Amino acid sequence: MVTSASSSNESLLEVQDLKTHLFLKRGVVRAVDGVSFDLAGGETLGLIGESGSGKTMTGLSLLGLPPKPAGRIVAGSIRLGGTELVGMGEEELAADVRGSRIAMISQDPMTSLNPVFTVGSQVAAPIRAHVADGNSRGAALDMAVRELDRVRVPSASARARDYPHQFSGGMRQRVVAAMAIACQPEVLIADEPTSALDVTIQVQLMDLIERIQGDTGAGLLFITHDLGVAASLCHRIAVMYAGRIVELAEVEALYRDPRHPYSQGLLASVPRLGQRKRLTSIPGNPPNPLSLPTGCAFHPRCPHATEQCRNEAPPEVTLNDGDTLSRRVACWLEA
Amino acid sequence: MTALLELEDVACHFRVPGGLVRAVDGVSLQVQKGETYALVGESGCGKSTLAKTILRLHPLVAGTIRFDGEDVAAMRGADAKRYRSRVQAVFQDPYSSLNPRLRVRTILAEPLRAHGVARADIAPRVDRVLGLVGLPASSATLYPHEFSGGQRQRIAIARALILEPDLVVLDEPISALDVSIRAQILSLLEKLQQELGLTYLLIAHDLALVEYAADKVAVMYLGEIVETGPVEPLFEAPKHPYTQTLLAAVPHPDPTAPRASADIRGEVASALTPPSGCRFHPRCPSCLPICNQHAPKTVTVAPTHTVACHLHD
Amino acid sequence: MTETTLPRPLLGRLLRGAASRIRGGEGGFPWLAASVLATVLACALFGPWIAPHEAGAISLADAMTPPAWEEGGSSEFLLGTDNLGRDILSRIIAGARVSAVVALYAIVISGLIGAVLGMAAGYFGGVVDALISRLIDIQMSVPSIPLAMLFAAVLPPGEAMVIFIIVLSYWTWYARIVRGEVLSLRERDFIALAKIAGVATPIIFIRHLAPNLLNILLVLATLQFGSVIVFEAGLSFLGLGIQPPQVSWGGMLADGRNFIEVAWWLITIPGIAIMAACLASNLVGDWLRDTFDPVRRQI
Repeated sequence: MVTSASSSNESLLEVQDLKTHLFLKRGVVRAVDGVSFDLAGGETLGLIGESGSGKTMTGLSLLGLPPKPAGRIVAGSIRLGGTELVGMGEEELAADVRGSRIAMISQDPMTSLNPVFTVGSQVAAPIRAHVADGNSRGAALDMAVRELDRVRVPSASARARDYPHQFSGGMRQRVVAAMAIACQPEVLIADEPTSALDVTIQVQLMDLIERIQGDTGAGLLFITHDLGVAASLCHRIAVMYAGRIVELAEVEALYRDPRHPYSQGLLASVPRLGQRKRLTSIPGNPPNPLSLPTGCAFHPRCPHATEQCRNEAPPEVTLNDGDTLSRRVACWLEA
Repeated sequence: MTALLELEDVACHFRVPGGLVRAVDGVSLQVQKGETYALVGESGCGKSTLAKTILRLHPLVAGTIRFDGEDVAAMRGADAKRYRSRVQAVFQDPYSSLNPRLRVRTILAEPLRAHGVARADIAPRVDRVLGLVGLPASSATLYPHEFSGGQRQRIAIARALILEPDLVVLDEPISALDVSIRAQILSLLEKLQQELGLTYLLIAHDLALVEYAADKVAVMYLGEIVETGPVEPLFEAPKHPYTQTLLAAVPHPDPTAPRASADIRGEVASALTPPSGCRFHPRCPSCLPICNQHAPKTVTVAPTHTVACHLHD
Repeated sequence: MTETTLPRPLLGRLLRGAASRIRGGEGGFPWLAASVLATVLACALFGPWIAPHEAGAISLADAMTPPAWEEGGSSEFLLGTDNLGRDILSRIIAGARVSAVVALYAIVISGLIGAVLGMAAGYFGGVVDALISRLIDIQMSVPSIPLAMLFAAVLPPGEAMVIFIIVLSYWTWYARIVRGEVLSLRERDFIALAKIAGVATPIIFIRHLAPNLLNILLVLATLQFGSVIVFEAGLSFLGLGIQPPQVSWGGMLADGRNFIEVAWWLITIPGIAIMAACLASNLVGDWLRDTFDPVRRQI
């Protein structure tokens, strides 16, 4: 089913039919409902969608951290360099995977940083936990300063002794990035890392993320709702809607010729600098996650919906997008 | 022609434990009837404070605000009350804008009651304004939590319109909404402006949105306006280095477009201790020796296009 | 993030842990606690009709009868009698009436005063806030028992005086919590938008602030019901509160203290009553707080 630019033997992370559900009092939310993708080293895969589309939950599932106590991975597989992560014990995940092989940069740096510890000791914490020669306090702190230097925190050795509130928003996000890359992770998950920042700071951070990835060769899963940021950072993009990937394609192909009606709608509904053309909006509202529409979840908002769309969920089909590239679409129009 | 809203040397300061925050300093602008005037800038530039000052939520420290020729700060009694019906606002967060404990009907009726509208007229006006924003009349009996974010923002717009205002302050009206909903709300606002002849003061950080929706724009930096003018020529040929930087930093939703870049140093200074001279000079890519000495004067570079920068003196 | 709630005393935590098992898991309705509380309130309402004996009826022949299940006990006096032969069960029921009435009045009055002052402080800020906050600080820094002794010396004793003393020490809790809540409510946009629409300040208080404070006031009142009962019992135990011949749990404790070696039930039974009422109100209050918390309600 999954075919993409990188064949499966060189892919670093393979996610197959992942399902993460939230068991709430009022019902079950199928937050991630059969998501498959793969990620190669050095590649950036964008995960775009609106709030509630399951993009953040996908990221959390990769870390084995669906929200407690309601969330649970109910099916599927996550293979990281040949190791199956679904079903792995919590201790093993914490010791060998989370923070060391897969790390995360989250949207709000203020909640990722503990206000009562210095920045240096917080960057040193994952090093002490995961890196063998970083076990001594002093050595770990030295390594932490090096990481802060790498994310271009000015005068890193002095600022390592400061507390998070003494940093600006952009600098805090750099500190979070330093924490994430401290243990040379193979996969980096960035969840809306630039959304809370002003454009001038956002650009600096985007450059930084790209450079970090170039240095470390990590695979980057970039979660965002910003089509502009996704266009300039990602190699491939997966568009999510109601817990499923509705389209997965190479970035230029997707923006040039989106195939799924939802991708088309999204791209037509954002204002672009330099083109004052009229916007077309997607009608309706995002679905209620507790009672998703039958068939294709997008059908109530889709201009091309047919009887079949209302009754049956569309299969994911692989389309040939040129010589070597391919794309995947889940829409009856393409089936 | 007199402007609907006219600001002259407006200042708004706050006293905080660390000193005096000069959130807005010496801002002058004119908003004509029927147009959309955008205030754009990054967080902390004072655009929201300025909006709140216009809405009389913050006291005016210096300068004058004139609405339809009348001095807003001097309004008392009936005049002040009338101002409260002619100027309304829509805020960013549709969750925080609606009291969760009140039904939509009560929320919409409240401004009418405050202005002494007869009881019999309230229900029809609630129905009409709901229709105007594209919600069924049956919505009136529901509570805010029964609506999605986009629908809530429609209710917030309905509440702003129910007093039939002349000026609506739109403070980031779509940035908290889902991407697929933003265009809907944007076209609704456009439609309402045409049908009702509204004037919008749009507060935004998204330059693509400003270019799409506004007629004129004022770019703010650290409490001051650095450049104003009609959107199209200004965005095509920005004169102030800050405007240029901002425009270059916007990532385009097009992978083939040139990469966004920021030829800018450091971060915005604190409004507690704004830099001397031109407030942008520590970050400016084309800073001159004079820039840290004297604040630049505002000069007109083209009809209605002004800029405050020593490069254009 | 680290836990931000204050550490609870160990005993409290243990009791709550046990309690969550009793009430059938986290978030379930605390049936046992609610029925204890309901019993206290029922005693307050219907006491004279439920009680098997007159609370003050002296019968020296039956003095010091142990509870019915002890040797020498009698089914006529289920919980035994005191040194004057008065029925303990009837006195517990009568005491419940006094405790509940005092607690209800005290909570309603201190809640009203605290809520109004807290709302004013939070909403207006500035000088108003400074004045009210200092008043709260001063009030909280005065220990309540010596203050009670002072007032007990100058005021006529009785329920009204007890209520007055309790209100004096309890309104600050409401004022502080309401002030904090209003400070965060004040930043909500719907308050600003009401002002922009020209809505008058009293209406903003009534329509926008008060309803959003109801939940927290109800939770606080329920939690304090128990604490007020303990406080009242303490005052009466010291002889500063309810005066004989009126019955109160604290007074019963004080009377029974002299006979602790010969008649354990004289202090144990009112002690259990005080503890049960306090624990029950805490558990019901906890449950209310969890129920009103929209984040917890989701799960």
